[in-house]
Amino acid sequence: MASEPARADTFPKLLMRNARAYADRPAYRHKDLGIWQVWTWAQVLDEVRALSVGLRELGLARDDKVAIVGSNRPRLYWAMCAAQAWSAVPVPIYADSVAEEMAYILEHAEVTIAVVEDQEQVDKLLSIADRLPRLSFILYDEPRGLRDYDHQRLKWIVDVQKLGRDSLAADAQSLKRWEAAVAEGRGEDLAVMLYTSGTTGRPKGVMLTFDNLIISAINGNEFDSLGPDEQVVAYLPLAWVGDHVFSYAQPFTAGFCVNCPESPETVSEDRREIGTTYAFAPPRIYENLITLTMVRMEDAGRLKRNMFHYFIAVARRWGEKILNREKVPLHGRALYWLGERLVYGPLKNRLGVSRIRLAYTAGEAIGPEIFRFWRSLGVNLKQLYGQTEASVYITAQPDGEIYADTVGKPNIGVDIKVAENGEVLFKSPGVFVGYYKEPQKTAETKTTDGWVHTGDAGFIDAKTGHLKIIDRAKDVGRLNDGSLLAPKYIENKLKFYPNIREAVVYGDKRDFVCAMLNIDLTAVGNWAERNNIVYGSYQELAGHPRVYDMLAEHVEEVNRSLAEEEAMAGAQIRRFLILHKELDADDGEVTRTQKVRRGFVAERYAPLITALYSGAREADISTEVTFEDGRKGMLSARIKIRDVRTVPLPAMEKAA
Amino acid sequence: MRAPSERDVAAGEVLLAVENVSLAFGGIKAVSGVSFDIRKGEIRAIIGPNGAGKTSLLNVINGFYHPQQGRIIFKGKPRSAMRPYEAALGGIARTFQNVALFKGMTALDNIMAGRTLKMRRGFFWQLLRVGPALAEEIEQRRRVEEIIDFLKIQHVRKIQVGKLSYGLQKRVELGRALAMEPDLLLLDEPMAGMNLEEKEDMCRFILDVNAHYGTTIALIEHDMGVVMDLSERVLVLDHGIKIADGSPTEVQADRAVIDAYLGLSH
Repeated sequence: MASEPARADTFPKLLMRNARAYADRPAYRHKDLGIWQVWTWAQVLDEVRALSVGLRELGLARDDKVAIVGSNRPRLYWAMCAAQAWSAVPVPIYADSVAEEMAYILEHAEVTIAVVEDQEQVDKLLSIADRLPRLSFILYDEPRGLRDYDHQRLKWIVDVQKLGRDSLAADAQSLKRWEAAVAEGRGEDLAVMLYTSGTTGRPKGVMLTFDNLIISAINGNEFDSLGPDEQVVAYLPLAWVGDHVFSYAQPFTAGFCVNCPESPETVSEDRREIGTTYAFAPPRIYENLITLTMVRMEDAGRLKRNMFHYFIAVARRWGEKILNREKVPLHGRALYWLGERLVYGPLKNRLGVSRIRLAYTAGEAIGPEIFRFWRSLGVNLKQLYGQTEASVYITAQPDGEIYADTVGKPNIGVDIKVAENGEVLFKSPGVFVGYYKEPQKTAETKTTDGWVHTGDAGFIDAKTGHLKIIDRAKDVGRLNDGSLLAPKYIENKLKFYPNIREAVVYGDKRDFVCAMLNIDLTAVGNWAERNNIVYGSYQELAGHPRVYDMLAEHVEEVNRSLAEEEAMAGAQIRRFLILHKELDADDGEVTRTQKVRRGFVAERYAPLITALYSGAREADISTEVTFEDGRKGMLSARIKIRDVRTVPLPAMEKAA
Repeated sequence: MRAPSERDVAAGEVLLAVENVSLAFGGIKAVSGVSFDIRKGEIRAIIGPNGAGKTSLLNVINGFYHPQQGRIIFKGKPRSAMRPYEAALGGIARTFQNVALFKGMTALDNIMAGRTLKMRRGFFWQLLRVGPALAEEIEQRRRVEEIIDFLKIQHVRKIQVGKLSYGLQKRVELGRALAMEPDLLLLDEPMAGMNLEEKEDMCRFILDVNAHYGTTIALIEHDMGVVMDLSERVLVLDHGIKIADGSPTEVQADRAVIDAYLGLSH
């Protein structure tokens, strides 16, 4: 922990250190017009300084809040550091938030300057500008389409940098003032405010200090021995703590390079070109990549398909053991070697993970099959458990101690304990200061002696000493017969099937368990095409009897697997339905990080829940949907409900 | 969606004028005696029911068809017949109602094809790809990359267009037309067969092309909402005859237009 003395205890100070220590090494790359543009650490210092001084000219002062809205672009990251140099506080906001959500955060955080990506974001901000009297300037990175706008309060970042450069050139004191401001920054100062998307209620502004982030990042670097040679591709939302640590705090502390993709759609191509070595993704991305691969393989020629399936079976058998350096018989190694040449190597190249040294998954539980699949290919995928309130790191799996169903051991400097009700608590150098302007909520989460309630239920696995998370503490429930119900646990089992995109399970204080499913349009659409099933819309496909048949089989399989686990056997699914629309963040049904808001969904689809428990064969539903431009419309459908077989419980034995 | 800019208000200069043009196929009159003009820098919409002669008129403008009667004045020069390549050389580019791309080529190559007229080096120089030919190709590629960036199609750059969704194909086709850096861009139903989201994207691209490159645009469109958002002046055709010409509001209130759309017996 004491590896780095408090010399470079803020990001601007780290930037100055890096500009000396790694002057000519790449710090940022951004693909623009098809070509990777590179900035060295020395150049980044120059860019950040110019922007920072320019911001000062626009009136930025200490403790001001600067909103950052957009996708992962170097200038947006630089804007964070530029603000921090004056001890102002960046507030990254999810770029896909609708104007209304944005207005709340901008107002709550008292933002004075907003740095945004492009016209889309500018339009959103202008539409709510009258409600934000504090907002003095909007800076944009991409000038396209903005030429004819009123430039009273609107500035191009490059022009602001020019303002800064002019000031630096004209006045020798300007540089001195800037450097003095950087030197004045303290580790205990507020570094950033990250608004959590929040599964319930309004987003809360989590306040993190430089110490929180920098010490956590240094500990993380040490835990996984990350150095200045790593390559990361920054593609996750700027407002998410994961991106803030992996694409900002860790590169600044370790001195490695952040690669910004050309556009959100080109990430996989860009990842492949860069050859990322250290990656981080929520489980859904690992799932999607596999779904896509599996779907494509179904379309491949027979020779390729058979080869693929044969060697994937080889990998399942030996791959993980080889990765874990266990004893593997010679023929296993030989087959795996061959598979690497014929299947795994090309596949990994396709997926852009040929050079990967370390990949993390976090945010949600990952399906054990998916987890093993990646590891069997030789990708060192590990699990991590973290929170915004912890500056990410709570637990992670050390190399050589990998299990599909645990989230690992406490990171360096972290203590954890499990409360009597099963809730996990932690204490670490990354523990947040509090929620901005919400002392009440801070007190509910953070005890006076520094322990933080995670809100997750879990236990320490006796065999491995690792932490296991089963669900949100408040979501763990019981059926009327007393059986334990961990909805997310069941949902994750369902979601492992490529055909099921989302699942929502109910059963707390009910007689039995029911599920609402979303089909995966890619997988099911492809299946329909192969089976000559004609459909005109998502809704029609979702309601197709043969799709129901297929999903019923999946549900029954899940029931069989639940029956094998003593604690979960009572919570088998009896009835299910397929929703006529995808659960969508714009409708508030899932959070911006794609977590289902179970309670809200239950309210919204109340007639369906009633029907599920009333024994009805079908139910009508009419819901309001929000289009991407914010307009609303109604969508109605008649939805069928299916009964599925459950595995009978050996309840008599217990009774006897 | 957009307030008329200064350029629109000042737009008095006529880029293209169609004077009393008639076109017949055998006994069928596709266009009869139509006159209208397109001013520099404007977005001009042409609407009308099916078979009204909209596409025929577009084909006359860019030299596909030769009118039996009347003349076209483009950039001040009158001409009655013009071949499509002459129109292209003169700065008229177009997209088609049914996408007409090279399906087996990538999006990038399709748009590069749009720059053929801008290439100075001949076929053999280009084959060699050295010295000045290479420098030229790099320069052309840079222009094309700007268009790719402009239309946000980076993710399909290296994908064969035949594999792309319809909406994306339309965007690539627009890209190819833009690659010619045209003075006049003709769009034949740029939004046909698109979903709402794709339509909105396309609207924004058309407005951006007009604002950013200052390109004059004439478009055929069925969606009245789209027309209202995009253009200041609308020409309405029915059975090859001009029945109205004016602002979208005027046109919408016009009796003849309402009759044509509601299918009054003639």
